[in-house]
Amino acid sequence: MTDARTAAASVVDPEIRVITIDELGILRAVEEDPASGRVTVTITPTYTGCPAMDVIRADIRRALAAAGHPDAEVRTVYSPAWSTDWISEGGRAKLAAAGIAPPAPVTAAGVVPLTLAVRCPQCGSPETEQVSRFGSTACKALWRCRSCSEPFDHLKAL
Amino acid sequence: MNGPFDFALALADDALIAAQRLAEWTTRAPEMEEDIALANIALDQLGAARLLLSYAGEVEGAGRDEDALAYLRDDREFRNALLVELPNGDFAVTMAKLFFLAAYQLPLYTALAGCADQRLAAIGAKARKESAYHLDHGALWVKRLGDGTEESHRRMQAAVDQVWPYTHELFAADPAAPVDPATLRPAFDEVVGPVLAEATLTRPDSGWAPGGGRAGVHTEHLAYLLAEMQVLHRAHPGAQW
Repeated sequence: MTDARTAAASVVDPEIRVITIDELGILRAVEEDPASGRVTVTITPTYTGCPAMDVIRADIRRALAAAGHPDAEVRTVYSPAWSTDWISEGGRAKLAAAGIAPPAPVTAAGVVPLTLAVRCPQCGSPETEQVSRFGSTACKALWRCRSCSEPFDHLKAL
Repeated sequence: MNGPFDFALALADDALIAAQRLAEWTTRAPEMEEDIALANIALDQLGAARLLLSYAGEVEGAGRDEDALAYLRDDREFRNALLVELPNGDFAVTMAKLFFLAAYQLPLYTALAGCADQRLAAIGAKARKESAYHLDHGALWVKRLGDGTEESHRRMQAAVDQVWPYTHELFAADPAAPVDPATLRPAFDEVVGPVLAEATLTRPDSGWAPGGGRAGVHTEHLAYLLAEMQVLHRAHPGAQW
């Protein structure tokens, strides 16, 4: 039997399928009641309107059931609010390897003004430009590399 | 307004109706990137609306959930400001509405994040990050159109003139609320003034200030919007995707 934490942490994000919910930083807690075996998982959304949340909840319950924890509850919390700073180093590397430029660190003031260069995940060039602030999912922006001309997704700092 | 239920409902309805209006642009925006941007912003607004409606339902304690509040109220029971129910108009009008709404919602959610009500504080802390992107997007277009061609300038100025009177309702004083909207006006003016100036647009004089939305007295536009938004749920009560 896989322990509950490992099982829940292995669930991949349904919209960015190269990274787990643990690496993305949206898995906040996994608690198992030793007496009843009931597992309580706490997650937080990236964006308030993230349409993947229902799928993530179902995937967590499925992963736990498969690992021998059929009695599971998934709770959603909104505070503290998710930040892209919670994406792990391993998660950032996986994003880059999949062609998604990872986010810059968030300053105390909130959203980062777009002064830092976003490196092209294909060729590494800093000569890039934003095509659209809003991309294929709520958490991504659409960018283009001026060196290799490839378009790419950039996970927005939040 | 009085009490946390009315306050949460007013904020929720602003977000919900704004989301519904923005979603009307889907497949009709002037370019693909803008289509996606407006849909994303609509989704953010919908996300905030769902949290606020759920909370309002819990505070009320009458067994109404987010769906009951969104789909089973008539126009006189909605508490949104008139600004968000106004028709989209041309793209400039939509951007004027988006810009002014975000310039109000960003300081609102920021203040909410520090209020005593923990649930509202959590929603504010979450939503303000998203509002910052909306404000940036709206400001970018106001500047691009205002300081663009003669025609784009003319239409952006006309849009600002048309929408401006409706901004005043957002800041109607409510000293008993978790955040008194009147306290947000300086932050709004600080953002709006420089953007309009950079866009070479003239800030309209403040005179006529239509209102009534917070009391459920709306323009004729809201009922049509609700009819479209609610028809499925009313025809098939409890329907789910």
